[in-house]
Amino acid sequence: MESSVVTASRPAPFHPRIPARLVYRAHILLARNGGYQRLAAWLERHPRRYRWFTAAERISKEQLFGCRMCGQCALPATGYACPMTCPKQLRNGPCGGVSPSGRCEVVPELTCVWVIAAQRAATAGHDDDLDLLQRPVDNRQWDRSSWVNYWQGRDEQLWVEFDEDDPRPALLAGR
Amino acid sequence: MSRLRAALASARPVVTAELGPPRDADPDAVVKKAATLRGWVDAANVTDNQGANVRMSSLAASVLAMRAGLEPVMQLTCRDRNRMALQSDLLGAAALGVPNVLLLTGDHPSLGDHPESRPVFDLDGVQLTWAARTLRDDGTNMAGRALGRRPDWFIGTVENPFAAPIGLRARRLAKKVAAGAEFVQTQYVFDVPGFARWMADVRELGVTEHCAVLAGLGPIRSLRMYEFLSTRVPGLFVPDSVGRRLRGVPPDRVAEEGLRLCVETIHEVLAIPGVSGVHVMAVGNEEAVSEIAQRAGIGPSTDPVAGANEQEGSGHAG
Repeated sequence: MESSVVTASRPAPFHPRIPARLVYRAHILLARNGGYQRLAAWLERHPRRYRWFTAAERISKEQLFGCRMCGQCALPATGYACPMTCPKQLRNGPCGGVSPSGRCEVVPELTCVWVIAAQRAATAGHDDDLDLLQRPVDNRQWDRSSWVNYWQGRDEQLWVEFDEDDPRPALLAGR
Repeated sequence: MSRLRAALASARPVVTAELGPPRDADPDAVVKKAATLRGWVDAANVTDNQGANVRMSSLAASVLAMRAGLEPVMQLTCRDRNRMALQSDLLGAAALGVPNVLLLTGDHPSLGDHPESRPVFDLDGVQLTWAARTLRDDGTNMAGRALGRRPDWFIGTVENPFAAPIGLRARRLAKKVAAGAEFVQTQYVFDVPGFARWMADVRELGVTEHCAVLAGLGPIRSLRMYEFLSTRVPGLFVPDSVGRRLRGVPPDRVAEEGLRLCVETIHEVLAIPGVSGVHVMAVGNEEAVSEIAQRAGIGPSTDPVAGANEQEGSGHAG
């Protein structure tokens, strides 16, 4: 299986182990609401519980998506294929080195994670998500819980749409 | 001010080329290459550790090229610098009068001469373009701190029309244009119909209204180079017809056939709506650029106004 090449130290494209359509439907289970927000706030007040919770998130997302715990989850906008498993950790789409057959330039035995993302997003009817401008990651969030960050509303500015009304969105959120 | 920007606003096809800085500290190596290109191109990309091999910095070599009367396009990649270093080098380039920057993700270090180094990729090519536009147009850095004097470079980027997933390639350029790119140079075009399909997508997305497209081209000098380009360069597609054509001539005629193919391809791509010029890649073979520009009848040497500017020599005090 392709994903056996993945090591803990260096990112390598990961093929998700859960079908795209299923995971888009499953997202409702984690969708932000008042209850989850209270849970997130409570976890942040209790460091030991926060660590347990984050460990559980890490284990499940590592198995399913090759998650590297950047703490700022892009999965809902990338066909649930993790861009942080790209050797260049590109969040705005594939680099120019992908082979015509879709192989990663750094790990040629693996399929580019953005090729996988494009297929999965299209399959699930979320193709337009790949046009979103992804803002730079906040590197302080590594090894933090992305679910807690999401429930706390910190992910709202991770990406931004551009269109005729706003053809040049601001890089700095809220400006 | 960017003469490349002015040339792209004119009706004639624009020519850019590449200047690879030396592996050592020799300024004359840059001056010589600049002299070979001066007058034949509107501007030349000064590469940034191209192919992930260590060379003189693109900022230093850009300044040397400028002093030698050649307008530089300073390349800057996300591979070797975090967002702080990228911004400071961009500001430094503006202060030194570098008129054009070309912002890209960059090759992975594992492909170059320092495979053991740490890949940075704190930003990606889209985000770096976005940061540059923010510095220039919003007058703030990525921390939101206001700039006094703003930079005024012309911002470019790259795209590969032939890499998978093909359906995303024009859209990815549209993202870079939304981020701030004003011109784009493409990967080598050997497959003209494939390039024309990509251009159709690019026009469809309205990209050409905001961004000038320069088609990447270059002469194949030998069958060895053909083999290298078709098998060893990530993301590059060379159709079999190119190999058949080069093998179909006697060995001593391969270089000439490669030049002819390049000139023919230039005429083909310039006939595609929305193409503003060509980017000639001939690193290590800079003399070929003038030959190609002459044979194709393009570039500043064909333009009396730009030609006159060229006579004035270096005009970049800051």
